[in-house]
Amino acid sequence: MRKLALSDEILLSIQQPARYIGNEMNAVVKNPSQVDIRFAFAFPDVYEIGMSHLGMQILYSMFNKRDDVYCERVFSPWTDLDQIMRQQKIPLFALESQDPVKQFDFLGFTIQYEMCYTNILQMLDLSGIPLHAEDRGEEDPIVIGGGPCAYNPEPLAPFFDLFYIGEGETQYDPLFDLYQENKRKGGTRRDFLLAAAQLPGMYVPAFYTVTYQEDGTIASMQPNAPGIPERVRKELVLNMDDAPYIEKPIVPFLKVTQDRVVLEIQRGCIRGCRFCQAGNVYRPLREHSLEYLKDYAYKMLKNTGHEEISLSSLSSSDYTYLKELVLFLIDEFQDKGVNISLPSLRIDAFSLDVMSKVQDVKKSSLTFAPEAGSQRLRDVINKGLTEEVILQGALEAFQGGWNRVKLYFMLGLPTETREDMEGIALLSEKIAELYYDEIPKETRNGKVQVVASSSFFVPKPFTPFQWASMCTKEEFLERAYIVKHKFREMKNWKSLKYNYHEADLTVLEGVLARGDRKVADVVEAAYRGGALFDSWSEYFHNEIWMKAFEDCGIDLSFYTTRERGLDEIFPWDFIDTGVTREFLKREWLNAIGETVTPNCRQRCSGCGARSFGGGVCFENQN
Amino acid sequence: MKIRIKFAKEGTMKFIGHLDIMRYFQKVMRRADVNIRYSGGFSPHQIMSFAAPLGVGMESRGEYVDIEVLSTDSSIEMMRRINAVIGEEMEVLSYRLLPDDAANAMSIVAAADYIVSFRDAYAPSDWDGFASGLQSFLNEEEIMILKKTKKGEKEMNLRPLIYELTAEEDHRIRMKIATGSAANIKPDLVIRTYMETRGETLAEFALKVTRTEVYGNRGTTEHPDLCPLADFGEDIE
Repeated sequence: MRKLALSDEILLSIQQPARYIGNEMNAVVKNPSQVDIRFAFAFPDVYEIGMSHLGMQILYSMFNKRDDVYCERVFSPWTDLDQIMRQQKIPLFALESQDPVKQFDFLGFTIQYEMCYTNILQMLDLSGIPLHAEDRGEEDPIVIGGGPCAYNPEPLAPFFDLFYIGEGETQYDPLFDLYQENKRKGGTRRDFLLAAAQLPGMYVPAFYTVTYQEDGTIASMQPNAPGIPERVRKELVLNMDDAPYIEKPIVPFLKVTQDRVVLEIQRGCIRGCRFCQAGNVYRPLREHSLEYLKDYAYKMLKNTGHEEISLSSLSSSDYTYLKELVLFLIDEFQDKGVNISLPSLRIDAFSLDVMSKVQDVKKSSLTFAPEAGSQRLRDVINKGLTEEVILQGALEAFQGGWNRVKLYFMLGLPTETREDMEGIALLSEKIAELYYDEIPKETRNGKVQVVASSSFFVPKPFTPFQWASMCTKEEFLERAYIVKHKFREMKNWKSLKYNYHEADLTVLEGVLARGDRKVADVVEAAYRGGALFDSWSEYFHNEIWMKAFEDCGIDLSFYTTRERGLDEIFPWDFIDTGVTREFLKREWLNAIGETVTPNCRQRCSGCGARSFGGGVCFENQN
Repeated sequence: MKIRIKFAKEGTMKFIGHLDIMRYFQKVMRRADVNIRYSGGFSPHQIMSFAAPLGVGMESRGEYVDIEVLSTDSSIEMMRRINAVIGEEMEVLSYRLLPDDAANAMSIVAAADYIVSFRDAYAPSDWDGFASGLQSFLNEEEIMILKKTKKGEKEMNLRPLIYELTAEEDHRIRMKIATGSAANIKPDLVIRTYMETRGETLAEFALKVTRTEVYGNRGTTEHPDLCPLADFGEDIE
């Protein structure tokens, strides 16, 4: 039997032992003694969530293409095993070799959402690696972080040796080469970090000193070591077809959240929704060619045996060859028993036609994301979806046999009024009425069902709303009650349903999203107080966090509700995403002025991403 | 065409539960390009049924799954193709064509062979005594136990459900016991019951269990003729 880090007794007494044994189809097995660099790729959440993440699989496959690197995976042990590992002093191990993570050269975290921060500390702690970078020695792995949350790494700054800002495909090779060279030269950990910090996209928090104003805002952030750049520019892949992709994704034994082939069709977005961090930081839009995607669809289905394929992007309807791609997938794979799972597409004649081919109309529902209840507020957030378009789409869908509609909204958006909130109920009602008015009784497939959900808005760094004040928990809930109340007044209230998210978690997410280095103390105090798996509502304990803020003497309203001046220095301002602060400021003022900005294909608005020299900015120019 | 596949599930694969093994096999069939038959509808599924679920923690050299295919190569070629993509610690041991009117594996399962051994820390100190006592245990006509059912507990006679039971070296016991829908017992129940007659208790995790064969009944309930499930089919040349 393969060597396992955990005994049969432990594995047979915890939930889902398959989370911890590795050995899945397409997992890479190497002889650790024949590589120079051992990289533990960590996803700070449970296996089923982490294994659904595309970026991890891309980098895992890319790293392992190097003969001198062995990249393995590690996930947060679930609470049952976490306790056992602490009691029995079992160190955190990587899945492939089952060796302790502490023996590795690198421990790399992909940081996908704010509420996983305590799990990062859990994984360091279980590994026996000091939580603070400054306490680590020559024998400890280099702890590196990347992913969307690295666009504001400051609340995690003390815990990381290094952050990689941007898309992982471009600078890891040079980083590994540098590590090798430093080892050959007998260099120290500090020597490596000094050299690494001079590579594009690399940020070593220890080499920057932050000073604060009396009011707590940042006065300056300056390099404190020779050769360290003042600003760190994000890395990105210019030609998507040249970037490494996954030919052989790992096939988990467990049914994970994303139990299918995921085909990334493009990166970036042309839309410019003002609340959306991904849409802003991943600019410019870069597409894969149709031929490339067809080829990978074959390879990945063949190598995994998955029974489903889905497309991934921020806004699939904007992909130039969407129609050709979807028709190809249906023609090629549907009669081989492969389900084609479509991402949320703009509802029009094409998407309805395609959807009726790949799913059971009677069982499926249609999704719209108006995000805001009134046209005024949709203009503020630059969501280019009008009521007319929604109603037209809904009508066509009802005529095609659908009778279930899902609507996604946000509450607490900047400038939001009572009318905007009530608009959520009114729009839902209009859709229901449309069904009863336009679909004759005899052709109806039962009652219409409109389910509206609202999440609470969190202002994110590098968006025009980075200046926005966030609601308090009480304000959020008050707004949700207003919407709920309005729903009860609607004529067709029996056909409507309204859900809203938890407010506690949102407030905390707001603190971590726009936090500075001072917030790191709170994260650590919360972890020590027992916070873990905060994104799992059954494990989230708000009181642990509130006590942590109190103990650290940190006022959370400084990060959430406070009005930020137009010229305030933000903790993340040292990062250059290509999209300029000037553009974001312009967009913030446009938002307040209810002025819509056209999308990148309609007109260039000069966001700055053009400076990368590729993508949609250069489309049709050859 | 109905095909019966016999496979092994060993080593760390013992931690993969039955439902996950079912999903796993569906993906193996696709990777190996087996021309399997699908049901119709919007979410078609493969025509596939497993003989007898294996509990988490058990290994096996005698698992069975029946599939229906639209076309097939020879048994040897199909085994080669499937084994090339099945992954570590799993192996197809036979691939045989069933008669068209064959009942599916699950409905005919009647018995299974197991090798049970004690993990080192849990082995009985007096192994010789333990081993020789098994014979007198089997000489009883009735071994009454309380079996938990949905409605509570039910008294049942374990003896007729044990067909063979022998001790070997290295703290190992072989047994053939009733399995399937008509009567189903598990190997640890046999050991636990025996140990209780000796005034001992079976500790959790004390046993390592490997299933080695699953049988169908070609005879009657009164006069069973147990036959390995693979023998219901024939190799494809």
